[in-house]
Amino acid sequence: MEVSAEAKRIMVVALGKLYSSRTQRGGLRLQRSLLLTLVMKSARDMYHAAQATVESVVAGYEQPQPAAEGTTGTTGTTEPTGAQTELLGAASLATEKPRTLTRVEVSSSPNEFRRDAENKENMCPTGPAQHSRKRRGKAAMEPDFLPCKKAKLCSQQLSVNSVLLDYVNCSSKLGAPPSPMLLHRAIAAC
Amino acid sequence: MGEDAESTKINHTFLRDYVTEADVISTVEFNQTGDLLATGDKGGRVVIFQRETESKGESEEVEETGDSGEYNVYSTFQSHEPDFDYLKSLEIEEKINKIRWLPQQNAAHFLLSTNDKTIKLWKVSERDKRPEGYNLKDEEGRLKDTSTITSLQVPVLKSTDLMVEVRPRRVFSNGHTYHVNSISVNSDGETYMSADDLRINMWHLGITDRSFSLFLSDIVDIKPANMEDLTEVITAAEFHPHHCHLFVYSSSKGSLRLCDMRASALCDRHTKLFEEPEDPGSRSFFSEIISSVSDVKFSHSGRYLLTRDYLTAKVWDLNMDKGPVETYQVHEYLRSKLCSLYENDCIFDKFECVWNSSDSVIMTGAYNSFFRMFDRETGRGVTLEAWRESSKPRAVLRTRRVYNGGKRRRGDVGVDSLDFTKKILHMAWHPSENIIAIAATNNLYIFQDRVSPETQLQ
Repeated sequence: MEVSAEAKRIMVVALGKLYSSRTQRGGLRLQRSLLLTLVMKSARDMYHAAQATVESVVAGYEQPQPAAEGTTGTTGTTEPTGAQTELLGAASLATEKPRTLTRVEVSSSPNEFRRDAENKENMCPTGPAQHSRKRRGKAAMEPDFLPCKKAKLCSQQLSVNSVLLDYVNCSSKLGAPPSPMLLHRAIAAC
Repeated sequence: MGEDAESTKINHTFLRDYVTEADVISTVEFNQTGDLLATGDKGGRVVIFQRETESKGESEEVEETGDSGEYNVYSTFQSHEPDFDYLKSLEIEEKINKIRWLPQQNAAHFLLSTNDKTIKLWKVSERDKRPEGYNLKDEEGRLKDTSTITSLQVPVLKSTDLMVEVRPRRVFSNGHTYHVNSISVNSDGETYMSADDLRINMWHLGITDRSFSLFLSDIVDIKPANMEDLTEVITAAEFHPHHCHLFVYSSSKGSLRLCDMRASALCDRHTKLFEEPEDPGSRSFFSEIISSVSDVKFSHSGRYLLTRDYLTAKVWDLNMDKGPVETYQVHEYLRSKLCSLYENDCIFDKFECVWNSSDSVIMTGAYNSFFRMFDRETGRGVTLEAWRESSKPRAVLRTRRVYNGGKRRRGDVGVDSLDFTKKILHMAWHPSENIIAIAATNNLYIFQDRVSPETQLQ
């Protein structure tokens, strides 16, 4: 849990720094932005790796109706429901923030659309993981890429939303588990 | 700093009530003889100091060379002004990132100074004589009435007060999309390179009296086709001191690439890649940040490379690309504090590193106004302090220690009481003597090593 908490804090700080660097005199510093992005990715990967072990426990609790299907891979350890929802909420918050940042960076127009997306994504924390992985690229920092980046984001968002609706409706296990490589990194960091 | 008449010897203490951002020194560089020392600051100004050839004032044993002089202000000028890129709506800082002197070819001195985008070539010349006794002009330069001229006289050169003129001779602009981090003059004396995050440009200076020829080419370009694939940037670059076709550049991933310009016009394939395999045991969230190389310097011999990353300084042998031959821990006690250093932005600080004239000692900066020197032969390091409270003129610098567990000695500084706002990022070592220039925020410290210890005042 310490890893997740630290990873989350690191991600949040990185986002804050990336955001404030926009108003910095002299313009965006490419090296600094790149390093912050790498730290954020690293922290995010470790966070999700830590979350994967939690989720396999939690999956059983999240979809109560066809509970049997969701319990594949559940281990013996159980946690109180309150803590789980809090964790899920925190996870969604962490994965949400990167998207919020890139959206703000890219453009400020379709805000309402994004807010709806946010609400949907709140329900399923791991869905956005793949989505945000694609979006948080260096291109967001580079002004020349601005126009094409906006279009890409919108289309991705549409597909993710439809996928999320499916997740909400059905009961299957959420998302693909992180690769074993990331788990090793998470373990090493502890 | 500043243009005011503060021309007192600079190794006296400065008394300032506050530090203005513009006065923060951002680069320090000796010229090839060491007689001139240039500093650049965040306000875009350049101050040149000149070494006195005779010692004045107190009677002190003069060095064998006769050159025990101190450095006094020689000239000050505004190199760069704040600028604005209208196309991208970006402000361009006037902060001087680097200064490099050109090898001297005549009485005048030339230096290159650069901010984030524009490099300028400056000519520094002295004038201490002026002609007097013109036939057609009077003292003020007004034309005389020809009827009053009854005899011919030959104008005579009369000495005047020394005047130092600094004039811009060339402005190299629009060469960089990203922020310039390094410039380096080639050993051929005719070309120089400038490096930004993704590209290195080579420029030609044809220094003639009146006109210049200019030729620009792109010699390294690491910009990926898709910026999302970007994984590393160029952090520093330097030409080999003797071989005009070789140069090195460092990356944010901690690797060095040695390039040979004879191989191809665009050096996107390096001749040699210097990389140290990552130690999996020391991996943390911040591994990428702390492995980024902040400075790279060739040794004077041209045989070795010195690099600085956040916690260490490394010496690499050009003949060995598998890893550094020497690694020096600059402030290992910070490894457990990386998270807070990340939060207060200190983890992004870029420290410079320098060689001494014989390549036997390396030096780099740290926090709390500390800087470190490492003797390559013994492998031992000392910590010194550039702080006016402890640096009275002519006093011997005493070594400092940072206490991080173990036996504590009197005078040791605890890790938690280090002042991270007092960082020694920029420094220079005289090309032939043991004289060092240390920039500590807005102050410049010059320390000289006396040949015979008896002349030192305790």
